[in-house]
Amino acid sequence: MVPLAPPAAKRTCLFVFPVSSIATPATNPARFLRRLGEILPATRLLAGPAQLAAYESDGLTAFRTAPLAVAIPESQTEVIALVRLCHDEKIPFLARGSGTSLSGGSTPVAGGLVIALNRLNRILRVDPAQRVAIVEPGVINTAVTLAVASYGLHYAPDPSSQSICTIGGNVAFNSGGAHCLKYGMTSNHVLGLKAVLATGEVVEFGSASREQLGPDWCGLFVGNEGLFGIALEITLQLLPRAEVFHTVLAGYRTLEQAGDAVSAIIASGLLPGAIEIMDALALEAASAAVHAEYPPDCEAVLIVELEGPREVVAAQRPQLDALIAASAPVEARPARDASERAAIWKGRKSAFSAVGRLSPDFIVQDGVVPRRRLGEALRRIAEMSRAAGMRCANVFHAGDGNLHPLILYNGTEPGALDRAEILAGKILHMCVEMGGSITGEHGVGLEKRDYLATMFNADELDCLHRLRDAFDPLGLANPGKMFPDGTAPALAQPGLHPLEKAGLISRE
Amino acid sequence: MNAPPLRPTTLAELSAAVCSAPRVLAIGARTKPRLSTVGSDVTLISTLGLSGITEYQPDEFTFTALAGTPLRDIASTLGARGQYLPFDPYLLEAGATLGGTLAAGLSGPGRFRFGGLRDFILGVRFVDGTGRLVRLGGKVVKNAAGFDVPKFFVGSLGRFGVFGELTFKVFPRPAATLTLRLPVTDANAATQILTAAAGARWEIDALDYLPAADAVALRLAGPASALPLLAAEILTRFPGEILNDAAADALWTELRELHWTFANGPLLKLALTPVQLPALAATVRTHKGRLHVTAGGNAALVSLPTPIASLGLAALTLRGPGPLWLDPPATPAIAAAVKTALDPQNRFPSIAP
Repeated sequence: MVPLAPPAAKRTCLFVFPVSSIATPATNPARFLRRLGEILPATRLLAGPAQLAAYESDGLTAFRTAPLAVAIPESQTEVIALVRLCHDEKIPFLARGSGTSLSGGSTPVAGGLVIALNRLNRILRVDPAQRVAIVEPGVINTAVTLAVASYGLHYAPDPSSQSICTIGGNVAFNSGGAHCLKYGMTSNHVLGLKAVLATGEVVEFGSASREQLGPDWCGLFVGNEGLFGIALEITLQLLPRAEVFHTVLAGYRTLEQAGDAVSAIIASGLLPGAIEIMDALALEAASAAVHAEYPPDCEAVLIVELEGPREVVAAQRPQLDALIAASAPVEARPARDASERAAIWKGRKSAFSAVGRLSPDFIVQDGVVPRRRLGEALRRIAEMSRAAGMRCANVFHAGDGNLHPLILYNGTEPGALDRAEILAGKILHMCVEMGGSITGEHGVGLEKRDYLATMFNADELDCLHRLRDAFDPLGLANPGKMFPDGTAPALAQPGLHPLEKAGLISRE
Repeated sequence: MNAPPLRPTTLAELSAAVCSAPRVLAIGARTKPRLSTVGSDVTLISTLGLSGITEYQPDEFTFTALAGTPLRDIASTLGARGQYLPFDPYLLEAGATLGGTLAAGLSGPGRFRFGGLRDFILGVRFVDGTGRLVRLGGKVVKNAAGFDVPKFFVGSLGRFGVFGELTFKVFPRPAATLTLRLPVTDANAATQILTAAAGARWEIDALDYLPAADAVALRLAGPASALPLLAAEILTRFPGEILNDAAADALWTELRELHWTFANGPLLKLALTPVQLPALAATVRTHKGRLHVTAGGNAALVSLPTPIASLGLAALTLRGPGPLWLDPPATPAIAAAVKTALDPQNRFPSIAP
């Protein structure tokens, strides 16, 4: 077996300040700030410590870095001017939407500029006939669906933070959600985009057509984690909203039984829109947080959802119900109406934040394992957690093998974060060893950059680096993310994201 | 005329083949020969010796196969387990390979429902221009680690790397299909049906316009008991008929195998939006060409008796005479930098016109 502990030398990269990739000596922050003032009015430039504090961290709350400044552009022209200025002055930059990244993707770069895109929040065009929407990057995920719902359409990707996360962030990190097995991730729904690259070049990739000629530039850009540039305008494909849903919540004595039920559903030829599992600790948290009621004495709850035209769902529903009945659940509860369905999803989507009530701090993991090895993976996670003396809740997309172990710790306890990170690292190694991935939908970001090399060999990493260098020869676009070579953030105050504390957002 | 192609039989040999000549290009079964018609200085590398499914896990909804594996082998292996590639890859019976299909970026009528190649490709093991064998993407249905190079390769015409092994997502094959033929008077009427049907509640599987038949072909896929109910409603909205199984099979086979095209004229692929369809149909008619519009009006194949200069939209020649591109899309400056990143010695011919 591969040694499970992350290599100590690598891990320290998170905490040291490598000289190589911070702003080069040629940079002149004072001159940069002066020129910044020629692009934006002072009211839309933040540089004081109190102003910057709100931008120091994102959904990966354990780390924080103060940027040099925050710019709040209101137009694409301003964003382009900002990126060109950064290029000219060799100042690192990154775009930020709502700051919900769980991988630290929007943690600022020391000495760099944060370009806050929240005011580029216009839905530029909705074309119900062609089923596309053209939006600016600061548009909130759910705002797209709200804007097109009257046409019977929706935007499919549904990360749990969808009520606050932005399309620009979704594009940068190729966000997922609960419906990826059937509908794919963000990249499967982006048809075209206009972007300013780190070089200052403005490009247009793709189009409003669902077909393309030549290489898929748009596909390459989505998921670049901010390392290529900033999307300015995004053409999204819309889908007709499913006519009816059949959502079943089933409780099981053991996680294995829930896993077996998933296998039986997959083997049956059904293609549910979502297959999710929550374990006992996650259930306990969700019960407390949103007063969800789950079948008693269950180690796992399974949520399965069929969707489609009423005739299709009517035909498939008895098949699913029979499969679930045969899987010996403690109890199976089909949602009888839209409000019961909403309640099931509310419990599921609030699970991460709910776990925050059980513990002062937690780390969310995002590893993927082959679906048939889910049971084994969960068993090993439980063993590793026990051995580490830490609690770990599990909420996951069972349909696509995407685990979300939540490692609970108390950040005020000396060494607790270190122990949590070591356990997280062991889990990532396990996922790779099983043939999976270190990230299904949160991206590598800051959090998992030291583990990229567990998935890719030296030649592969070199290839990724060469691509990055092609888009960003100066290494200015969100340096320190994805690759273990950037500036270092400092440990932040522990605890939930401020918006999470306020009950405004959830995580997945 | 190019020299006879090299024929590696292992991935190591594929890598050696790439390094063996200053200019190289991979070919599969050459069912889209215009895409690999290049100068005589280019050494061709056949992937036909790299054939076979190397990994298939039906319960994972994934398979991995060598790039030269014929589509029909994949279809029969998946079919035996009740699964399929939902995008109906073209030229299956003609011997098209998985790698050639990815390089050509050719997704068939079934891509309407769940998407095309870009929505099912998960991982690629390829030889870059330096001869290094590199695997990017993943082997599981969900993965966000690293840049999405596998997607970039869709439609890349083998100009950025030579594919060795590909991993795809698959889906369970629907229990039944039902095809409707909806007669239309012209392209405007067809566009209206395509647009209305695509936004409706029926979850249509394929939605094509066939000008030669003056009809829209609409395919449903799902549980056998549901399809006649959906079809009945569709027919109250758009008059037409349900094709019997034999007629439906014949129709989709003809489209998949491109039997409707001129044998020796240019065959071109276009990307479009439904509003551009009437103008395209008129242009094709002017040139006495034939047209198959698919993906609800988002993609088209045009077959012409002889080469022409323009169709009014960017077009890629798959086979037959004429230039590789008509009205080529603009190439961003970044394209050259990415080409250099993947192919620093410029071994692969340019994709540019």
